[in-house]
Amino acid sequence: MSLLEIRDLHVSVEGKEILKGLTLTVNPGEIHALMGPNGSGKSTLAFVLMGHPKYKVTQGTVLFEGEDILALKPNERAKRGVFLAFQYPTAVSGVSVANLLRNALKALGREEDIKSFRKIVKAKLMELKIDESFMSRYINDGFSGGEKKRLEVLQLSILKPKLALLDETDSGLDIDALKTVAEGINRYTQNPGVGVVLITHYQRVLNFIKPHAVHIISEGRVVLSGGWDIIERLEKDGYEPFLKEKEAVS
Amino acid sequence: MTPNTKVQEIGKGYEEKYGFHVPEKSTFKSKKGLNPEVVRGISAMKGEPGWMLDLRLQALDIFFKKPMPTWGNTEILNSIDFDDMYYYMRSTDKTESDWEDVPKEIKDTFEKLGIPDAERKFLAGVTTQFDSEAVYHSVQEALTKKGVIFLDMDSGLKQYPELVKKYFATVIPSMDNKFAALNSAVWSGGSFVYVPPGVTVDLPLQAYFRINAKNVGQFERTLIIADEGSSVHYIEGCTAPVYASNSLHSAVVELIALPKSTIRYTTIQNWSKNVFNLVTKRAVAHEEATVRWIDANLGSQLTMKFPSVYLVGRKAHGEILSVAFAGNNQHQDAGAKIYHLAPETTSTITSKSVAKNGGRASYRGLLRVYKGAEGAKSSVRCDALMLDEASRSDTYPTMEVDERSASVVHEATVSKIGEDQLFYLMSRGLAEKEAMALVVNGFIEPFIKTLPLEYAVEMNRLIELEMEGAVG
Repeated sequence: MSLLEIRDLHVSVEGKEILKGLTLTVNPGEIHALMGPNGSGKSTLAFVLMGHPKYKVTQGTVLFEGEDILALKPNERAKRGVFLAFQYPTAVSGVSVANLLRNALKALGREEDIKSFRKIVKAKLMELKIDESFMSRYINDGFSGGEKKRLEVLQLSILKPKLALLDETDSGLDIDALKTVAEGINRYTQNPGVGVVLITHYQRVLNFIKPHAVHIISEGRVVLSGGWDIIERLEKDGYEPFLKEKEAVS
Repeated sequence: MTPNTKVQEIGKGYEEKYGFHVPEKSTFKSKKGLNPEVVRGISAMKGEPGWMLDLRLQALDIFFKKPMPTWGNTEILNSIDFDDMYYYMRSTDKTESDWEDVPKEIKDTFEKLGIPDAERKFLAGVTTQFDSEAVYHSVQEALTKKGVIFLDMDSGLKQYPELVKKYFATVIPSMDNKFAALNSAVWSGGSFVYVPPGVTVDLPLQAYFRINAKNVGQFERTLIIADEGSSVHYIEGCTAPVYASNSLHSAVVELIALPKSTIRYTTIQNWSKNVFNLVTKRAVAHEEATVRWIDANLGSQLTMKFPSVYLVGRKAHGEILSVAFAGNNQHQDAGAKIYHLAPETTSTITSKSVAKNGGRASYRGLLRVYKGAEGAKSSVRCDALMLDEASRSDTYPTMEVDERSASVVHEATVSKIGEDQLFYLMSRGLAEKEAMALVVNGFIEPFIKTLPLEYAVEMNRLIELEMEGAVG
């Protein structure tokens, strides 16, 4: 059974159709890179898969492990194993990172006592080169861009979902930070059976994370799927030729 | 406390936890309504000195003459029927200092509320008031030895008449407002605290106020004097059963912080939603003294309460942190007042209000810097959070600065609970209610932070109760 199966997905935001028949399948153990120009619908896909109330599905299906999840609330999707690393994580003042993690683990039915919680967190903080003081800071409140992305990856590695939707987790990072974050993601993908949808604007991150498949998305649809060859061509010529190619075909 | 336990506790509600009442077993109950005879009766029963009776009668006169305030929620204010109320009710004839001697019904009440337990764990002293009279009182021996006085107000007047006479009604005279006059006329119970020079009271002193009977007014009177270089933290909590008819709570609290002393006064007001809570609280801070009001209002139908600080000595410091939750049919009209009357005085006002289910939260604040208060500094911040469209939040900030060298900062925000914040937390597995409780807890974190741990836990729990029904 596929981990994620998206069929002919149409999605509107505030009356405007953004996704126009997107189809994508992710099997357990696979990393799929999703690339495309600004406004092509990449982030919309991430939000709609997580269940943001503003995004309305007008047509199509989304199956997660064979179950239609479109009617489920975000927390119910999270409980089934879906996770979204936000492109622009939201600040929640007054609520500490530790508080968030403990509450999230508890909500997912994996409550830990304080001692083992600390142990788990400490190891992950080291891996991601995050200072321990991070834990008592308020969620994304006054965080730099890099800190925000690290917090997303920290959550990914502690919550261990079955499916990770990574929305431009690589953007806004310097090369060292990018390496650390990519290592974190790679460690996560070593968990058996997990799947990743890696949404990115730049091929740079793919030097560190090797996808099984690459998809070019444009105007709300997957216009081209393939392997490493696509990335090499992208690097050389940019998006333009792909989009033209598509036009010529259709 | 984590949201999951929050959810389990949601639904238990106020009614179950605080809404009970024990059979009314009064040994004395004044007639309904208010007149000089009722006032004389109260004073005689307490065996008070003549000056106090005179003060009461004078205050009653002022109460009758003063009109109702014409500002604030006049609709509710004008609905108060002063003739349909008992002004004094005594359920026991004396204040006990041994818990075992407290009458059983009253003991049961406070045991349900967790009072003796709290005392054993983390309080330096405790006094509990049931309707009009204090019923139990105890204070750590070590404090008594240091000369700290912590008594109910009636005992304070009996044992330290000179000290009481010197300070009583000096900060809030009966003329101040209609409800201060009412309190001065019929006051009963409350706390009297005196901390001698240089003495630091490490653990908080606590008072717990409980209205048990129907249609009864509670008019406690509290006077705290911190002598030079001393320090004290006083905490009060209040609850009442849920009755169909209304009760009135109208307290007067006066704080006197002598030079270099510190007073912190924390209130967790959780009256049932049919209590009118009209309270006057004011402090005077002398040279280099600090006064902190920490004032949380969760209960009552209407609260009007604006703790204030008069900074009368050089380098005196005042802080007011006001937190209000307004739910269905509630109006929390809360705020703060600071008066800078001396050079180099400093102050901060922080107000946090949450309105939900059609509730109304108002911030009413006054910052006054008088000419001559050179180099005075103040910062005022009020944040309002609304959980739905039906709720209302308004701010009435007033600033009058007559001193050029003063610096004043004011910030205000009003926000609706963010869809994005909820989505973010829900994407991590938290249910909507849990996510909302977490956001609200975060919003009032500056307040929770000031509380001793045990109170912080209790406060979080109260917020969970408040969140009940906040999500459709």
